[in-house]
Amino acid sequence: MGKFWVIFVASISILLPFLCNSFSPETPTDRRVLVLLDDFAVKSSHSSYFNSLKLRGFDLDFKLADDPKIALQRYGQYLYDALILFCPSVERFGGSVDVAAIINFVDSGHDLIIAADVNASDLIREVATECGVDFDEDPSAMVIDHTGYAVSETEGDHTLIASDDFIKSDVIIGSKKIEAPVLFQGIGHSLNPVNSLVLKVLSASPSAYSANPLSKLSTPPSLTGSAISLVSVVQARNNARILITGSLSMFSNRFFRSGVQKSGSSTKYEKSGNEQFLTELSKWIFHERGHLKAVNVKHHKVVETDEPALYRINDELEYSVEIYEWSGTSWEPYVTDDVQVQFYMMSPYILKTLSNDKKGLYSASFKVPDVYGVFQFKVEYQKLGYTSLSLSKQIPVRPYRHNEYERFIPTAYPYYGAAFSTMAGFFIFSFVHLYNK
Amino acid sequence: MSNSYTSDILKPFKLKTKQQELLIRVLILCLVYILAFITRLFSVLRYESMIHEFDPYFNYRTTLYVTQHGFYDFWNWFDYESWYPLGRIVGGTLYPGLMVTAALIYRLLHFLRFAVHIREVCVLTAPFFASNTTLVAYFFGKEIWDSGAGLVAAILIAVCPGYISRSVAGSYDNEGVAIFALLFTFYLFVKAVNTGSLAWGLASAFGYFYMVSAWGGYVFIINLIPLYVLVLLITGRYSMRLYVAYNCLYILGMLLAMQIRFVGFQHVQSGEHMAAMGVFFLMQVFYFLDWVKHMLSDTNLFQEFLRITVTCAVAVGGIALGVGMASGYISPWTGRFYSLLDPTYAKDHIPIIASVSEHQPTAWSSFMFDFHILLFLFPAGLYFCFKRLSDATIFIVMYGLTSMYFAGVMVRLILVATPAVCLISAIAVSATVKNLTVLLRSKTKVAQIGSTKGTSSAKASSKASLDQSQPFQKNGAMALLFGAFYLLSRYATHCTWVTSEAYSSPSIVLAARGAHGNRVIFDDYREAYFWLRQNTPLDAKVMSWWDYGYQITAMGNRTVIVDNNTWNNTHIATVGRAMSSYEDEAYEIIRSLDVDYVLVVFGGVTGYSSDDINKYKLSYYRFGEMMTEYGKPPGYDRARGVEIGNKDIKLEHLEEAFTTSNWIVRIYKVKPPNNRW
Repeated sequence: MGKFWVIFVASISILLPFLCNSFSPETPTDRRVLVLLDDFAVKSSHSSYFNSLKLRGFDLDFKLADDPKIALQRYGQYLYDALILFCPSVERFGGSVDVAAIINFVDSGHDLIIAADVNASDLIREVATECGVDFDEDPSAMVIDHTGYAVSETEGDHTLIASDDFIKSDVIIGSKKIEAPVLFQGIGHSLNPVNSLVLKVLSASPSAYSANPLSKLSTPPSLTGSAISLVSVVQARNNARILITGSLSMFSNRFFRSGVQKSGSSTKYEKSGNEQFLTELSKWIFHERGHLKAVNVKHHKVVETDEPALYRINDELEYSVEIYEWSGTSWEPYVTDDVQVQFYMMSPYILKTLSNDKKGLYSASFKVPDVYGVFQFKVEYQKLGYTSLSLSKQIPVRPYRHNEYERFIPTAYPYYGAAFSTMAGFFIFSFVHLYNK
Repeated sequence: MSNSYTSDILKPFKLKTKQQELLIRVLILCLVYILAFITRLFSVLRYESMIHEFDPYFNYRTTLYVTQHGFYDFWNWFDYESWYPLGRIVGGTLYPGLMVTAALIYRLLHFLRFAVHIREVCVLTAPFFASNTTLVAYFFGKEIWDSGAGLVAAILIAVCPGYISRSVAGSYDNEGVAIFALLFTFYLFVKAVNTGSLAWGLASAFGYFYMVSAWGGYVFIINLIPLYVLVLLITGRYSMRLYVAYNCLYILGMLLAMQIRFVGFQHVQSGEHMAAMGVFFLMQVFYFLDWVKHMLSDTNLFQEFLRITVTCAVAVGGIALGVGMASGYISPWTGRFYSLLDPTYAKDHIPIIASVSEHQPTAWSSFMFDFHILLFLFPAGLYFCFKRLSDATIFIVMYGLTSMYFAGVMVRLILVATPAVCLISAIAVSATVKNLTVLLRSKTKVAQIGSTKGTSSAKASSKASLDQSQPFQKNGAMALLFGAFYLLSRYATHCTWVTSEAYSSPSIVLAARGAHGNRVIFDDYREAYFWLRQNTPLDAKVMSWWDYGYQITAMGNRTVIVDNNTWNNTHIATVGRAMSSYEDEAYEIIRSLDVDYVLVVFGGVTGYSSDDINKYKLSYYRFGEMMTEYGKPPGYDRARGVEIGNKDIKLEHLEEAFTTSNWIVRIYKVKPPNNRW
């Protein structure tokens, strides 16, 4: 028994630094990922995708969606950094997981990948709706494109789409151009116009529409054209990232490996763009790319180095901040020329672009406006694909003290002269009046 | 024989009549001094030694700042905890007299090794100055009538509810010091007019300086005195004494007043102060004319000269004023000044002034409540003043009449009228009692003289024959005297009752009677402020209606958006709009002001009617579940006496953070924007 304790304590003390390390906010990349499946068959049929994640160091935990033991958190601590929902037909999650738990998981800064499919359950639709996208309400509808379909041996019903309408952002889908179109087979969704955070990453072509491929089209389809999004992402305000797609088969080994030829195009690619597209996208989702941090916000008067408690109007000051980007393994200086600082009180009084030294240090110097009040140094940096930086630091600006004004003003010399000459005149007058009888 | 024995022993101690009178007078004054102080201590005994109401909390906070940081830091204090994000230059936007006075008293006490807390000093400043006011009232009464009137005035003002309402212990407001300063300035000025002494004129200028440093009501002085001077000039009472007194007060007082940052150059630039300047120039013209009259012996020539000079002077003055006004050098009258002259002005043009309850026109009942018998002694006193017209009585009559008018326009200005009413009433009481006692005494004397000495019988008989025309004179005088004493004793009873019942509640702690007649204390305000202080981040911004701003900064130590210093109406309007719009719209305003917490006051549970019911959603949140009164449905609003309609109020952008035990103060936290939208 005693020996057991020694081993236990020793192993804890060895593991503890690593355990602690896993919680460190210094490494934004996710580590532990929970994958919920409808069926363990998906684990093998989508193994390429999972393997690419494993190779990049992720610790995948596969569970059936209705496993009664699944839990996202224990004792107030989240057990996972990210969640992959490859369970489009689940009606009810097992364990303590439900829609609210998933939403809380996201709202506390964790990432989420949702892949729906034809006949997606209400539960999955609800999660998607919470994230700002609406899947086509018709449960049997699929995205059909009679001009942008992928050419295959059988003519088919044109639900296998080859799409290449990507978002133009190197940060989200990688800097290497995706040559081959991406194969998609599944349901389409539209973005909620109220939601300002959701982005279409892969949209359908203008000729696409969403309908049941088996039945005859009796009414006009509700979703048509490029309003249909095939793959969307959301970056929440707390920088949690969400990927939503209506096709689980996109991630499958079959789609990864199959060649693709878009209808009407003579180029036939040996391999579809799925692997590249989804792998690059997962890098973004799991914060291997496009994650910024700002540290060491400093401000001080031009000649001084200490940060004052408040400024005086018309002071000259310097503001600096260091911005780094996470490369997946380390923090690298972030170099750009569009970071701006505001000196803000209800509206920006000063808006200045920060200059950087290519080592991540951004700085600007300016003069405090001739207005007193409680100002803020604000950096609101929101760039497509990057995590948003929202720094604000409150600083009061006071007016001059009574003894900080100029003591003698040149324009007032006539008045000084008048005052003193009156005094002198009065003295002389009194003297003359009193003694000159 | 024992009687003569004791009188033999007491002989060396026996004082002459004059000395006796002096002793009694000093004794009375001492008692009045003490009485004025202790009658204002009800609130301390009932509740505790604390600051009352709203504005006093700001004064207390600034006084604390003076004692901690010194005068120059106070003078330059830029307060960024109020009026977020605009801030307020406190040193330049207040009348520092009160704070400096309290800080000096505090320093003095500490110098004398009395380790008191500054709060105690602040709490007791107003009663202390009320005591001093009684002394000034005595000297003032003595100056305008006689020492008897002075004594009566001191007693009347010591307990007069109109004054007590603003000077109970804990009511640490400008008025507490300013009424002393006001009366003192008037006294010194009247003294200067009566004596023509430059020294008294100088003293009155300093008195005026103190008044300017203490309260915005100094405008009353700088308009009343010129008016008084003008009346004297018109009635042909111009004298060298008046010339010296007024010029000394005006020039020195003006220069001294300019040292107060908040007043600055107003004496030469603002419309409210132009009357004083005009009268000042008029005085010079008068003096000049007097001199010319002295030089010219020809009356006709002088008349001609007079006509030309007066026309020219008036024309030049008019043109100067016109040019000044047109060029904007002289600012027009402020809204507050207009609203005094025209009581309906504020209601139409400046709703924020009209919305304050103490700016409402006075109801008759409050005159009766605050003045009691003084209300009909006042006209009697005016009669006596007119009967014995002098420079001094003209002054007190003018002070009385103008201030009575202002008291009718605004409730809070009853305070300004109180000293005048007390003085004039004192003249009435003193003159009446004196006349009656003279009658009583002379009659007994006559009877004695008639019976013992025959030599002066002729004189006695002549008096007796005079007296015979009024039968029952002695009894009548006796009855009248008793009547007067009865009235005065009723006055004393009334004053004590009013002080104890109406004017000694601190309004920050509410008291009510429970179902069994026991006293229930609602200490919800301090509970809420304490919660803010203990549970919110240091830089949290609290939005509330402006009434509570001073208290939140002073007690909760948190930044507020608006407070009782209503200098920026736009900012107040923004907050008012946020408070009364739908939640979505309000949320945008709240976000733009960086608000973290919203504080509302709700009286539906306790039946406290002066709450913020227009913020109804925040007030009634979760109120539907609440049983307020036995035998009434849940959600029964006791202040309005109705059951609320919507009992299930949902909040989207705010969440309840704290509600005090009696639901009077409710604090809501502003949620961050939706994470995924």
